[in-house]
Amino acid sequence: MAFIDMKRNEIQAKLVYYGPGRGGKTTNVLHIHKTMSRQICGKIVTIDTKGDRTLFFDFLPLSIGKVMGLSVRIQLYTVPGQVLYNDTRKLVLRGVDGVVFVADSLKVQQQQNIESLQNLVENLQDEKIGIHEIPLVLQYNKRDLANSSIPILSQEEMEHDLNRDLGVPSFPASALKGDGVYETLREVSKKMIRRVTHKLRDGHY
Amino acid sequence: MNLVLSRESIYLLESILEKELLCNGVDHAFIIDTAGTLISEGGKLPMEDILPLAALSAANFGATEKMARMIGEKDFSLLFHKGTTHNIHLSRINKDFILVALFGNDVAIGLIRHGSNKAAEQIIPILTNEEDSLGGLH
Repeated sequence: MAFIDMKRNEIQAKLVYYGPGRGGKTTNVLHIHKTMSRQICGKIVTIDTKGDRTLFFDFLPLSIGKVMGLSVRIQLYTVPGQVLYNDTRKLVLRGVDGVVFVADSLKVQQQQNIESLQNLVENLQDEKIGIHEIPLVLQYNKRDLANSSIPILSQEEMEHDLNRDLGVPSFPASALKGDGVYETLREVSKKMIRRVTHKLRDGHY
Repeated sequence: MNLVLSRESIYLLESILEKELLCNGVDHAFIIDTAGTLISEGGKLPMEDILPLAALSAANFGATEKMARMIGEKDFSLLFHKGTTHNIHLSRINKDFILVALFGNDVAIGLIRHGSNKAAEQIIPILTNEEDSLGGLH
């Protein structure tokens, strides 16, 4: 849920990075933490297993500036992508205000991308949020592998698989190298803040 | 659900935390929602520590809720983590909000439980009134 604190003049909103396991959700958040100034970026929390798989979630608070005189704080979360951790994903989605869906460009992950997006739709429905209603951005990660011998999906294939019904902004990225990470974050943040400020202007708060 | 708290409501919440918990020796006290959003806080710790603690406290409650259901309970209304010198007491205010108190071994747990109960009684009407005045934005 978006929370507005009129004493601190601050908006808090929750952004969740979603997608199949080993797709690069944590790598996105780690890149942001590594490259952003300490004034913007708070302490990162990661709960993972020995094999670096996210077990519960990663968490990173960001203070990204001011809108309508209110400071904006975005809390970044990732979910565990592995299929069996659906209860944890539902838990992390509670009160979500925006989603980045990190899809894996590896050809072998094509079906997992589709299933994970469907899982997002279902879990949002449980939270009474429609997939067309929430600020959502797609990221096609691992595009740097295009120059390797590993078979990857074309961006057109990924658009067809994941975005033909949604029609939301999508970005090619290499979270490992940092390409596309900030473009994705900027777009989803804009959409989230726009939604909150529209509601503020319309007097819904 | 979205929530806007007026300056007056935040002052009221802070004064409740001060009177019922911080004055009794609690190091830090804060109110969060079940999504991990920090609603109000007071005490000695810096904000950079409180934000992750808020997220982890909500997650903690969510995880143990699952355990509660496995033994036939709806949820647990209270969690207590005992350390060597520092402790955390988490109690459910209502279905949407949680009260967290961080305190040392010099403070009796009974005092924390009593203070948390008294604080919750006073916090509920403030948060419920704010939720009711949101004009259907849920």
